[in-house]
Amino acid sequence: MRDVAIIGVGQTKVGEHWDVSLRHLALEPLQAAMADAGVTQADALYVGNMLSGELTGQEHLGALVADFAGLRGIEAFKIEAACASGAAALRMGYIAVAGGMMDIVVVVGVEKMTDTTGPDTTAALAMAADGDHEAAHGLSFVAVNALLMRRYMHEFGYSHQDFGAFAVNAHRNGANNPYAMFQFPVKAERFASAPMICDPVNLLDSSPICDGAAAVVLAPADVARTLNAAPVRIAASAVGTDTVAVHDRRDPLVLDGVALSTRRAFERAGVGLEEIDLFELHDAFGVMAALSLEAAGFADRGQGLRLALDGEIEIDGRVPVATMGGLKARGHPVGATGIYQVVEAAQQLRGLAGANQVEDARIGMAQSIGGSGATVITHILERMD
Amino acid sequence: MSIPGNWRLQQQRYRLVGEVCEKCGAKIFPARDVCPECARPAQTPFAFSGRGEIYSYSTVYNPPRGFEEFAPYTVALVQLDEGPMITAQLTDVDAERVNIGMPVEMVTRKMQSGGEEGTIVYGYKFRPTRFEQHLRQPDQAKNARPA
Repeated sequence: MRDVAIIGVGQTKVGEHWDVSLRHLALEPLQAAMADAGVTQADALYVGNMLSGELTGQEHLGALVADFAGLRGIEAFKIEAACASGAAALRMGYIAVAGGMMDIVVVVGVEKMTDTTGPDTTAALAMAADGDHEAAHGLSFVAVNALLMRRYMHEFGYSHQDFGAFAVNAHRNGANNPYAMFQFPVKAERFASAPMICDPVNLLDSSPICDGAAAVVLAPADVARTLNAAPVRIAASAVGTDTVAVHDRRDPLVLDGVALSTRRAFERAGVGLEEIDLFELHDAFGVMAALSLEAAGFADRGQGLRLALDGEIEIDGRVPVATMGGLKARGHPVGATGIYQVVEAAQQLRGLAGANQVEDARIGMAQSIGGSGATVITHILERMD
Repeated sequence: MSIPGNWRLQQQRYRLVGEVCEKCGAKIFPARDVCPECARPAQTPFAFSGRGEIYSYSTVYNPPRGFEEFAPYTVALVQLDEGPMITAQLTDVDAERVNIGMPVEMVTRKMQSGGEEGTIVYGYKFRPTRFEQHLRQPDQAKNARPA
């Protein structure tokens, strides 16, 4: 197996792009990533996307985006794994390059969520849950997370206000990210008064509905330096799965998929918790951030939120999370999110994170979760000195 | 959902029929035909009592398409007496009165009306247990799932 490196990154500002179609949304970061990598051709294109068929009436994104990007003729597919679609596409690219099948692979994550109205987008997102046994009963995806959050508060004795720690941290970091949807800080008092979406999840607990796209270019690590001055090595790529329905879990408050995925990634990379300089986790909701910190091993059961309350998740804390705003403030264009996380981790390792730079960041971990814990894809990136 | 898609689920939707694993004894809902505990074939039908207690709950204010007429509505994770957990709406109860640990029972209710030309879908919802709700205070209800 060959070592794989990221030799180029690109991203679009997350937001409501009324004037840009799905296919054109994918182009800007794809071209930026190829320019960053210094390549004009690729062997394959993998497109991470969850809802293009449901929300824009367009499937078959592989060939479509390849054609519009001027890459007509190359191997190209769309890859779907709910909210982890982008990370899944990266994993496929990693496998292709690591296995020696491909040399240069472009991976783009793209999602167009604002062409439809609220109820349609909400119904589409609920497809990440169990259709017959969760969504059919009127549960939105927010509701699934609200059930977890209520139980978390009940079992571990936290107040609703405590969850503001994740939103405050994410927005503080998002304020310095020109690609973030929300580039402003949020005070704890504002969290307390935010409108309720799905009790107890309020507007500031929840990542936004938005459009976005991000891309990376992969190459074998041994030639990476000849193409880009600051490549980043993918030290591990790992997947863990769990039940799609929350009610089928061994314990709904334990993300077994996160534990499996993280452990496999640590084993592959040969690193441990204490060596992770930053953790781009899947903070689609505050409770998912807390449960991720716990299952990944950074906190004991019920102590993930405590880590946030103690300031340990801040840029200079023990485990910085959402360093460029996370899903909460940068935004969560679902199929693109997994690539945004990796692009941001790469920025940190290249020392290009500006005001949000984690000092001397050497190893970063990005973890994307499909559904409420069913597909968990972890990538560990390492600076190439 | 399509008419065949709903029709296929009638045993579980109307009668709460799942399965029991002949090998390890696990009670299974919904039916899977493969035991989630021991991964062996499990196809023996098992009808659940429909009694359980609330593990968690939430109120939906921004419903998905097809559920607008019911909003706001309360949804819950219900721990069934026989073991499995189930996701469903609550009915016949004000949201403010719902508590974790509250005993509930299954009833059949309209889940979707499908618009003017659509299919009316019926299925299980849960309501506070009759009789017991007067005898047993919610905060005294046992917590079925060990921490």
